[in-house]
Amino acid sequence: MLSSLLTSMPMDNDWISFDVVALGQNFWSATFDGLTFGSIYALVALGYTLVYGVLNLINFAHSEVFIIGCYAVFFTLSGLGFGPNAPHLSLAAIVLNLLLALIIAMIASALTAFLVERIAYKPLRKRNAPRLVFLITAIGVSFTIQYIIRLIRGPNAEPAVTMFKPTPIFDVFGTIVDSQQLVIVIAAVIMMVATERFISKSRTGRGIRAVAQDPDTATLMGVNKERIIIITFVIGGILAGAAALFYVMKIPSGVQYTGGFVLGIKAFAAAVLGGIGNVRGALLGGLLLGLIGNYGQILLGNSQWTDVVAFMVLVLVLLVRPEGILGTSLGRSKA
Amino acid sequence: MSMTDGPTPLSSAKAAQSAADREGLTTAPGASIAGRRGKKPGSLGQRWNALSRQQQWCFLIIVVVLAYLLPVINPPIITTEPGNNFGLACFDMARFALIAIGLNVVIGYAGLLDLGYVAFFAVGAYVSAMLTSPDSAFLKIPYLWTIPVAMAVTMFFGVILGIPTLRLRGDYLAIVTLGFGEIVRILATIIPAMKGQVGFQSVGHPPGTAADGNPIFTNSNGVPWYWLILTVIIIVLLLVGNLERSRVGRAWVAIREDEDAAEIMGVPTFKYKVWAFAIGASIGGLSGALFSGQVGFISNQRFDVYTSILFVAAVVLGGAGNKVGAIVGGALVSYIPLRFTAIAEYKYLIFGILLVVIMIFRSQGLFPARQKLLAYGRDAVKWMFKRDDGEHGTGAKRTTGTAQEKGAQA
Repeated sequence: MLSSLLTSMPMDNDWISFDVVALGQNFWSATFDGLTFGSIYALVALGYTLVYGVLNLINFAHSEVFIIGCYAVFFTLSGLGFGPNAPHLSLAAIVLNLLLALIIAMIASALTAFLVERIAYKPLRKRNAPRLVFLITAIGVSFTIQYIIRLIRGPNAEPAVTMFKPTPIFDVFGTIVDSQQLVIVIAAVIMMVATERFISKSRTGRGIRAVAQDPDTATLMGVNKERIIIITFVIGGILAGAAALFYVMKIPSGVQYTGGFVLGIKAFAAAVLGGIGNVRGALLGGLLLGLIGNYGQILLGNSQWTDVVAFMVLVLVLLVRPEGILGTSLGRSKA
Repeated sequence: MSMTDGPTPLSSAKAAQSAADREGLTTAPGASIAGRRGKKPGSLGQRWNALSRQQQWCFLIIVVVLAYLLPVINPPIITTEPGNNFGLACFDMARFALIAIGLNVVIGYAGLLDLGYVAFFAVGAYVSAMLTSPDSAFLKIPYLWTIPVAMAVTMFFGVILGIPTLRLRGDYLAIVTLGFGEIVRILATIIPAMKGQVGFQSVGHPPGTAADGNPIFTNSNGVPWYWLILTVIIIVLLLVGNLERSRVGRAWVAIREDEDAAEIMGVPTFKYKVWAFAIGASIGGLSGALFSGQVGFISNQRFDVYTSILFVAAVVLGGAGNKVGAIVGGALVSYIPLRFTAIAEYKYLIFGILLVVIMIFRSQGLFPARQKLLAYGRDAVKWMFKRDDGEHGTGAKRTTGTAQEKGAQA
């Protein structure tokens, strides 16, 4: 029976086809786009990594922290008069508007992260709940926030808000790098370096590392564990808010209640790829995953392959090197 | 149903003897657990266990008969609101119950969080559809044969997914399964052979015609399907109940309670986790195959990842680790939106909030997982002492003595 099953299987392009020529032609543009997406993944991945490092918990609600930031960006910008077409404003005005949207998104996301921590996780921590209970709560919170958004804003994506028209900046290997890609990558890298410095140099950062290493000892040494946990969630929220601005900049019509979910899985895959609990790992993992996903999507000929490829990467990394590329935990990262 | 999940009761003679032994055992560690648990008088499980074996059987037979008659009686208050056919609603409830039983093996027994259970359900449904529908290019086989094939294929997927993730901490399994739930839907969309939204029409159904020459199993009449799935549920419950009380079940509970301790005590945790995951997956595939036969049309629209959160909610609501709880939880999650159509639109929101509220305030669910295995172990200890008593009289006293000493030390 099995052999006849195999022979009757359609073996032409019905299943999966590879388009190597397209990948060769679009290699550099795929690279630049991949790096852009990768920086967004990396910013979201940092939120997962920090919370995982400190609490050993996959904060499933982080994808909703991110999508709330997207909604904040959408409301701020459409309130400021941005619409589907890029507005004709001076550079300074655009920068000011975007900064305002960035700050509001950061506040909205950080507030969401804070509330999620206080309402959902703190009661569980208090009574020392088993790990499974934490995970189920986390997914429940994520699910609930998604459907609250859906209830208020409906199931369809919000109308697009275009921030500015990407202008070509320079040429690399015959491929144009535009202002949008440049802004996203540079801003994201600056933010991640700042986070890394904050965690490795500041007093609070030392507290975060101490709690990540050994919560009980850290408490004995005078670290306020609850405060550190809140700060960790808030930092994750702030970075997710920044990621939200860049995400809307890159995909103007991507604000939808399910938008955070798939990006969240990709960001988590990025965090695992780089080494979960590792701040530099999140950056590396994000950029790598952005590249791999984009190459895969062009090779396989459909944008939805990005998610599949990211998932395959996650499973492969877990199979081969579960500690990720850089592999150290938050607590043991260099001071 | 729960005829399989009690500790095998001791025969009455042995019970009398064990009552005599109980005095000597009260200070033993196991007995002290029993004492604490005994302080919940009147709880459902307690009353159930107080019944004799015969009473339990009688009660169960009544419940099973009532369950079979449910769509025929169509009780006025329980029946679904107009627009929802009650027979189909019964099938849907039974389907959710079967899914919850399968997921309960993964979440409840082994303590692994599977957030992409819908993917296994979808794989089972697709296998069944692609092997019977005239729309697919595959070989066609009779519908009933697709059910074991679907179970085998989903089990294979379970093993493939389980091997990389189950070696690691449980959290990874949660996110990998969550991703898998979404990936299966995406693959069904973007792989041309899976036909995306077009889907597969006229999936097969079991053979058999009624007196008037029409087939018994149709897409519009849920009742025969309900009876079929109810029978499947009873078979699965018997099998799962036996597994639960076997070495495998004890290993699962040990893993759930403390994986490191279980590993140290020599339980091959990885092996048993893969088993739990694969068995859970194959039950998901089974329900998927039944589902695709009933609805007769499978496309990528039916399997969003949000449905798997509903499945988790069903298990958690009923009480993870309790088969009866899983059945009730599964049936409720399906029944409530069908009965109260006004809230059907908000079902995801309601069950999402419910999930968080249950976890924060009552993480054991409606029917707490009975620590049957501990109770079972206690009975085993008693039985051992008795045998000692019978064979070498002094041995029992000595053992009881050490038990007392241990109790005193503790």
